[in-house]
Amino acid sequence: MSDKVKVALYWCASCGGCEEAFVDLAEDLIRLTEKVEIVFWPVAIDMKKSDVEALPDGSIDISFINGGIRLSEHEEMVKLLRRKSKVVVAFGSCSHLGGVPGLANMYSRDEILKYIYLEAPTVVNPEGVIPKEVVRVDGQEVELPKVLRLARALDQVIDVDYYIPGCAPPPDVIKRALDTLLSGQLPPKGSVLGAGSRSLCDECELNKTKPEKISLKDLKRVYQVRLDLSKCYLAQGVLCLGPVTRGGCGTLCIKGGMPCTGCFGPLDNVKDYGARALSYLASILDYDDELQAEKVIEEYIVDPAGWFYRYSLPKSLVRGRYQGSGGEVRG
Amino acid sequence: MSDVRVGVYICHCGKNIAGVINPAKVAEFASKLPNVVVARDYMYMCSSPGQSLIEEDIKKYNLNRVIVAACSPRMHEPTFQAVLKRAGLNPWLLQMVNIREHDTWVHEDTPDKAEEKAKELVAAAVARATHLYEITTEKAPVVKSALVIGGGIAGIRAALDLANAGIKVYLVEKRQSIGGRMAQLDKTFPTLDCSKCILTPLMVDVARHPNIEIYAYSEVVDVSGSAGDFKVKIKLKPTYVDWSKCTGCGTCVEKCPGKAPNEFDEGLGFRKAIYFEFAQAVPRRPVIDPRYCLWFTKGICRVCSKVCPVGAIDYEQKERYVELNVGAIVVAIGYEIYDMTKMVEYGYGKFKNVITGLQLERLSDADGPTKGRIVRLSDGREPKTVAIVLCAGSRDEKHVRYCCRFGCAAALKHVYYVKHAVPDAKVLVLYTDVRAFGKGFEEFYQKVRSWDDVYFIRGRPAEIFEDKDGSLIFDVYDSNTNQLINVRADLVVLESAVVPPKDWEPLRRLLKVSCDPGGFALELHPKLRPFETTADGIFLAGTIQGPKDIPDTVAHAAAAAAVAIGFLLKGYVESVPYLATVNEDLCSGCGLCVSVCPYDAITIEEKEGRRVAKVNVIRCKGCGACAATCPSGAMQQHYFTDTQILSEVSTLAGGAK
Amino acid sequence: MSEGVFEPRIVVFACNWCSYAGIDLAGTSRIKYPHNVRIIKVMCSGRVNPEMVLKALVDGADGVLITGCHPGDCHYISGNYKTMRRYFLLRKLLKQLGLEERVRLEWISASEGERWARVATDFVEHIRRLGPLKLKEVMSSE
Repeated sequence: MSDKVKVALYWCASCGGCEEAFVDLAEDLIRLTEKVEIVFWPVAIDMKKSDVEALPDGSIDISFINGGIRLSEHEEMVKLLRRKSKVVVAFGSCSHLGGVPGLANMYSRDEILKYIYLEAPTVVNPEGVIPKEVVRVDGQEVELPKVLRLARALDQVIDVDYYIPGCAPPPDVIKRALDTLLSGQLPPKGSVLGAGSRSLCDECELNKTKPEKISLKDLKRVYQVRLDLSKCYLAQGVLCLGPVTRGGCGTLCIKGGMPCTGCFGPLDNVKDYGARALSYLASILDYDDELQAEKVIEEYIVDPAGWFYRYSLPKSLVRGRYQGSGGEVRG
Repeated sequence: MSDVRVGVYICHCGKNIAGVINPAKVAEFASKLPNVVVARDYMYMCSSPGQSLIEEDIKKYNLNRVIVAACSPRMHEPTFQAVLKRAGLNPWLLQMVNIREHDTWVHEDTPDKAEEKAKELVAAAVARATHLYEITTEKAPVVKSALVIGGGIAGIRAALDLANAGIKVYLVEKRQSIGGRMAQLDKTFPTLDCSKCILTPLMVDVARHPNIEIYAYSEVVDVSGSAGDFKVKIKLKPTYVDWSKCTGCGTCVEKCPGKAPNEFDEGLGFRKAIYFEFAQAVPRRPVIDPRYCLWFTKGICRVCSKVCPVGAIDYEQKERYVELNVGAIVVAIGYEIYDMTKMVEYGYGKFKNVITGLQLERLSDADGPTKGRIVRLSDGREPKTVAIVLCAGSRDEKHVRYCCRFGCAAALKHVYYVKHAVPDAKVLVLYTDVRAFGKGFEEFYQKVRSWDDVYFIRGRPAEIFEDKDGSLIFDVYDSNTNQLINVRADLVVLESAVVPPKDWEPLRRLLKVSCDPGGFALELHPKLRPFETTADGIFLAGTIQGPKDIPDTVAHAAAAAAVAIGFLLKGYVESVPYLATVNEDLCSGCGLCVSVCPYDAITIEEKEGRRVAKVNVIRCKGCGACAATCPSGAMQQHYFTDTQILSEVSTLAGGAK
Repeated sequence: MSEGVFEPRIVVFACNWCSYAGIDLAGTSRIKYPHNVRIIKVMCSGRVNPEMVLKALVDGADGVLITGCHPGDCHYISGNYKTMRRYFLLRKLLKQLGLEERVRLEWISASEGERWARVATDFVEHIRRLGPLKLKEVMSSE
């Protein structure tokens, strides 16, 4: 037992897909358990926070943490796991970049709570009850975790050693990452494991079908066009984020007839995924006239934040909708 | 970064900088910045002692980065780069900071803020300098030949100058003969002898010159490559005459029964279906116009092939293509007259006796449709009253905004034509201004003004009406005398506005030449470099750069040729230092850089089973569009890498502490 | 605003052939304008990546000006068209992020020294009215 690698898995603001991704390892998962001892995995094993607190600091070899940081509970748990772990790996887009829950940063916390509990069309809440952090029930105080002001990626809260990208990370990627982690030859801190170091076009079979110059007159949503699956989707006018997204996934989405939406995130040198994405897209639009260009952009690119920061808003330079007003900061 | 050793030099620029801020304080501030080994201030950094100061410091302190805070780098960057070179350092390890044009000269009122700004700019430069690295340029050989597009006086002059310098010249002309507009003129000022008399000897010189090859009745259809090595594709339009057999005897033209409108005569009169552009055409080889040839339209005649003594007629002839390899291109495609039918108020195109100045030239020409007689087109009678309207279409917001430059001089000449042909005619010159600049023109103007029956009226007709007998009637308000004058003229001559050739857009785009608001070719600098363009190796000669008269056209063309000669005889072209450069490890071969490069300087190549971008270092002009487009950060620009720019951004955004 | 008037910090990108030359001309003509602008030279406005604009805001700038040649006049033929399109798309994104007032695109030709001074003055006052951005502090605090 003692020479098995001690591993913990934890989920924060998560859909559960990353947990499933581990299960998708299938037979490899069984082989994995020969090398690895899972000491903490709330979704699968009945262990409590107090059990983790009882472990000596640094006694967990690797903690895989998925999900974004949205509640005070997440923050508390990941800080705890950081103390107790030698290596922390951000697993999946949400912990790597903030993920889809990160798009909540387009709204203020108050706006979100108000909408969900009061304003949504299907809500019936005549007393206007919004969850509070502390509530008296039957003479006792009941606590709920606090909703943090902004959704965050894991490394914005604790020190992270490695990242495994993807929404969810494909089995091949997980396998490669695990091989690296268990090999004893650890790469430089901060590396993204299991994935490529170049963008998706490098491994995409459709890359060589691109015409010499791409110049788009309009952009189409996927449902608006019958894609020729043997030719580059971007060249057909569909927004494919392959050029700006880290490769290594085997172009699964492309092979499935869908353009890349960017879940592996940016390459190492890129500081803001969305800014780079919008730069190349704008550059290849075929409009030199100011009025026409403006019109086309208004008409075809309806939600730049959603398109370009689908998985990475908390890790973008701006991190979300600016929530200051004349310098005043709301807590 | 511990091996980065920075020297910072703050210039006083006399009182220009030191009068507003304290350079010593800035130097002191700089000395505390990371990696700065020495920081000084000095009176005149660009002076000889100033330069020596830097040179000595480089050697003494083993500097490998130099910051000079002074005037605009557009002024003195080459000066200080030369200092680095002399001291054995690569010139691209220099970073200049603009604390004069961008600081002390504009923030005099807030000197402490100006000093703070200077410090911040210096701090940003020091931060950027740590990321600078050596850059070398490459040379490529130049093809010692030139293409001249357009065979008017500008093209002729440029071709002769280039050929005389020992350069092989290909002269391409879209019409049957070279000669251009000047061949259409009757006389030229100031000698007032015939235009063709001074033009045709030059045309013959061109035809005889061993270094010049004329491609007449041909057009440029493709241009690729770059300065020093252009590949040009010429289309030789079918003439239906084998020019290698033809002797130019002209029998075919004499016997041809076909009739076509005569473009050389500006639509006045007719020519044959097989024709020479004009009698003194060079090359003297005819062309069949299939639109008017009876064989092509009706399947009859073929007289020309019957009378041709050498059997040169070839109705089956197809268009041919020729590929040329040249080092430089001179654009000399001239101008066109503005379509006067657009000025409905003047009745051009409706009223027979309203003609353009160029049409008057054809009437006056002894070789023209009326053999030199100036007559009314409606009935062939001599005009007794001629009205010449200046600025027809020019200086007009609704038509052409700019001045045509030679209209006034041409009008004075036209007064001479009319008075010479019809001595007792009354000539009215309706002007807005009389711009008689140029040598001898003012004297000529005074002379014309003094002639009997010549009247200068400062006004323009609002609307011209036609009388039953073809005469033209209109009112004109003379602002000199405050009188409304009613005029009845036999002939109205419109000195029309001048525009660039209406179909030159495709050629312009092929050559990557920009155009100005009027549609003329955009020069590199309107004062100092009016015969060069931003496209390397492409030069402008004549009116394609803007309206001008013949002396200015010739001067312009000779200047273009001179610069082209210098460019070609240098023997090589150098790559731009701030080139695009690919990090092949990061490049995924997505090809988006190829899509945005305006010079087609990037290609995607197969390398070790991967696709990667490759930059042609001679074609790349260093704009950086590819670097900003590259989604992986693989494409960078020397001297403007993301790291270098972002370090400047960061320091300036955060404020130097 | 503890120390009196808020002094905006504006980062400006200027292209070598047109706008940098125009800003130089304002200097040679001694036309005064606010000190708050900090100029960064690029060869062409087409070099400016939206990432640089966002980095300027995050690193402390209160406003960013992108300047370049007028359409049709780009020394490199079409660089400014790319700048224009990137700016329109960036502006749409900035609108969603509540920052669209902080970034502006202006065409300045080499002969427009006066215009530069007006543009700079106008933008500085505009940002002054908006107040300090403090983007990093606002978006990092809890």
